[in-house]
Amino acid sequence: MTLTPAELTSAVSGGIGTSPQRPDGNLKVRGEFAYASDLWHEDMIWGATLRSPHPYARITSVDITEALKVPGVYAVLTHSDVPGRNLYGLEHKDQPVLAVDVVRYQGEPVALVGADHPETALRAMKKIVVSYDVLEPVVDMETAADDTPLHPGGNLVRHVPIRRGSQDVTADVVVTGRYEVGMQDQAFLGPESGLAVPATDGSVDLYIATQWLHVDRDQIAAALGLPQEQVRLTLSGVGGAFGGREDLSMQVHACLLALHTGKPVKMVYNREESFYGHVHRHPAVLYYEHGADHTGKLVYVRTKMYLDGGAYASSTPAVVANAATLGVGPYEVDNVTVDAYGVYTNNPPCGAMRGFGAVQAGFAYESQMDKLAEALGMSPVDVRIRNAMTEGSVMPTGQVVDSAAPVAQLLKLVQDKPLPAGTSTDIRELPGGVSNTTHGEGVVRGVGYAVGIKNICFSEGYDDYSTARVRVSMVNGELAAAVHTAACEVGQGLVTIMQQIVRTELGIERVTVLPMDTTIGNGGSTSASRQTYVTGGAVKAACALVKARLDGRTDIGDEVIDEVTEWRHRATEPIDPETGQGNAHVQYGFAAHRAVVDVDVDLGLVRVVSLDCAQDVGRALNPQAVVGQIQGGSAQGLGLAVMEEIQTSGGKVRNPSFTDYLIPTVLDMPPMSIDVLELADPHAPYGIRGVGEPPTISSTPAIVAAIRAATGLALTRVPVRPEHLTGT
Amino acid sequence: MRVNVTVNGEQRQADDVWEGESLLFVLRERLGLPGSKNACEQGECGSCTVYLDDVPVCACLVAAGQAQDREVRTVEGLADGDALDPVQEAFVEAGAVQCGFCTPGLVVQAHDLLDRVPNPSDPEIREALAGNLCRCTGYEKILDAVRLAASRR
Repeated sequence: MTLTPAELTSAVSGGIGTSPQRPDGNLKVRGEFAYASDLWHEDMIWGATLRSPHPYARITSVDITEALKVPGVYAVLTHSDVPGRNLYGLEHKDQPVLAVDVVRYQGEPVALVGADHPETALRAMKKIVVSYDVLEPVVDMETAADDTPLHPGGNLVRHVPIRRGSQDVTADVVVTGRYEVGMQDQAFLGPESGLAVPATDGSVDLYIATQWLHVDRDQIAAALGLPQEQVRLTLSGVGGAFGGREDLSMQVHACLLALHTGKPVKMVYNREESFYGHVHRHPAVLYYEHGADHTGKLVYVRTKMYLDGGAYASSTPAVVANAATLGVGPYEVDNVTVDAYGVYTNNPPCGAMRGFGAVQAGFAYESQMDKLAEALGMSPVDVRIRNAMTEGSVMPTGQVVDSAAPVAQLLKLVQDKPLPAGTSTDIRELPGGVSNTTHGEGVVRGVGYAVGIKNICFSEGYDDYSTARVRVSMVNGELAAAVHTAACEVGQGLVTIMQQIVRTELGIERVTVLPMDTTIGNGGSTSASRQTYVTGGAVKAACALVKARLDGRTDIGDEVIDEVTEWRHRATEPIDPETGQGNAHVQYGFAAHRAVVDVDVDLGLVRVVSLDCAQDVGRALNPQAVVGQIQGGSAQGLGLAVMEEIQTSGGKVRNPSFTDYLIPTVLDMPPMSIDVLELADPHAPYGIRGVGEPPTISSTPAIVAAIRAATGLALTRVPVRPEHLTGT
Repeated sequence: MRVNVTVNGEQRQADDVWEGESLLFVLRERLGLPGSKNACEQGECGSCTVYLDDVPVCACLVAAGQAQDREVRTVEGLADGDALDPVQEAFVEAGAVQCGFCTPGLVVQAHDLLDRVPNPSDPEIREALAGNLCRCTGYEKILDAVRLAASRR
């Protein structure tokens, strides 16, 4: 099936294929959009969380007596105040709401305080006496599985093997490498926050910044020992997410305090607490061996990779599966051996972040492709194109890629873009910038390429669906529509997309997006680049039901047409636990980058001069938002390449602040030229392909390849630090 | 303590202010102006940028008492009623707003830049906005927005 542009033409303006303004845009630029941390309630109090200072310790006693005496304190709660199940987790229920007798990471919540002022709560927390018997932390992901067991089942969270083709075939040219990826943080700007409001019947309302209302709701209700209908969630304004809000943070804590005190409770993490309060991107160690023939054709890829899940499982099982199934990249390889391990340690818990396992593998396999190119005397682009996957290619899982996979085309697009002018003489455009560290001396330039693959939507047989309601009635003599879902708008622009879909499907220009909450069915997670696909699909399906009832009428009098429906993408399958074979994924997304860098080799400073990207998005429902996703994703990849890492020492975080954990500023970001391909996927609504994650995968290795090209250094670890470049 | 401060042209008073409170806290929690954002509360992200006597500052780094008898202008004070300031309008139009948490600070900072430099070059825009972190956009569309606003002022 090929969709033609004519089919996407809307009867009214602001439909799909155009870039109407966000419905929340005016509020956001006025400062009037209500984020979770902006909420206020008459008579509300403030919640605060006492956290473990130790990565691994036994709790021998907790004394809250003195804390309770602080004037202005309403409650001090510990695990014994959790009325329901004191364990939660996305895949394994292994994480305590409040620690019982052991803490497994620095920052693990131990006790809660509710008080009349944030400062009162802080002072009371200091009076809680927790006695710890400090234990030796497990911190090495490569040996963790054989180390002290941190959980009853041991430290191996998941092993994903993939065996495809010959396991002992040999090749003319062989390159090997060991690669490391540091722990990246989502660093969304809006810290974890929420407001819990108790009701007189013992139920609770929570206004919250999250990525998945229903899974939050289910976990909260279990912890509170309440039926699900007595825990009502409404999405507040969300200040970014990028995976960091998939797991619970303060949700249960605020509800516990609210139900205990009978008062509305607001909790707002500051930046330091935010670093402790959410999961991060798994750090990884990856061993690769690539074998190719003399023409550059890959014969085999063998890899063993370790992903550090930290103290609790979070989404480690799915991250490991992604790293494994996408572990050879967007290339055709007949003989594949993968062993991917996700482990528990006493490092900070790791889970979802944009790219989700594909990022770690992507840095390693793309580094290997460059190494292979060098060994063969081929260009980096040519060796990639020689092996590029196309529609009909077979994944290491045996799954046939059954829609566009324009890997070679994407590489050619970025290769053919004009190169930026030579190294500037303006210090503002040199490494170090206005620090005035060079006027060009010691500066070398390099160009690097990378391409990546990401699965879109949930995988491995998960029943991945969304629910949408579309209601149509007459307003001021015209048809008007309202759309209601529980799918979380976190900044990506789903609110705009839903309006666009309704306009296109129903020809109704006036479309209101209702608040997202749990009064409607599950919208699924805002992750895996899936909301436009799945919730978009649900809205489209609800519109079809409404359209049938409208039956062409433009005046329906007092009638209200209200349709709710669930929509699922096509089913996937679990992978075989021994061979990794199976149709695990719904859809694949691809992006390619070309990076140009200037490196001051004396100081080890890097300036990325340009970062151009080409990506296939199937159909750009909102071209402006699509480009915004690609630019933003590329920026996070740049961060991982040259600056972003949560540094740990013995399990302790050394840099939990924006002073010491650096994310790219406008000075760090180069101009980005973006090419968007629209090769419709016949299986997806409107032919769309998830957009958010692919650019985060190829950005990092392209930049590191450019730094290697400039310096001749091997650079097997990201982020690349100045000392890696200067050898000091 | 009591703090008297002019905010967006109005004389405001906050009572029972603890001495350790920042101007940001007083604006957000006591004066009902949560537009200025609390992303880092250590002066690194610029999300809380406000004018203090016409100079952009991080409101999180200003003790509430320091604002006594001074003039503060926040993001809520930029629009003229229903009419957005050209900088605000350009941010929406250019797609410079995703999650929007950085937006209030960037809008104030860009507003100040264009007041000082009506037609800034790209390096000048980058320098001026270097203290404002954005995690969603990669900054390209923010640059577009500032260029667009400059062309309209």
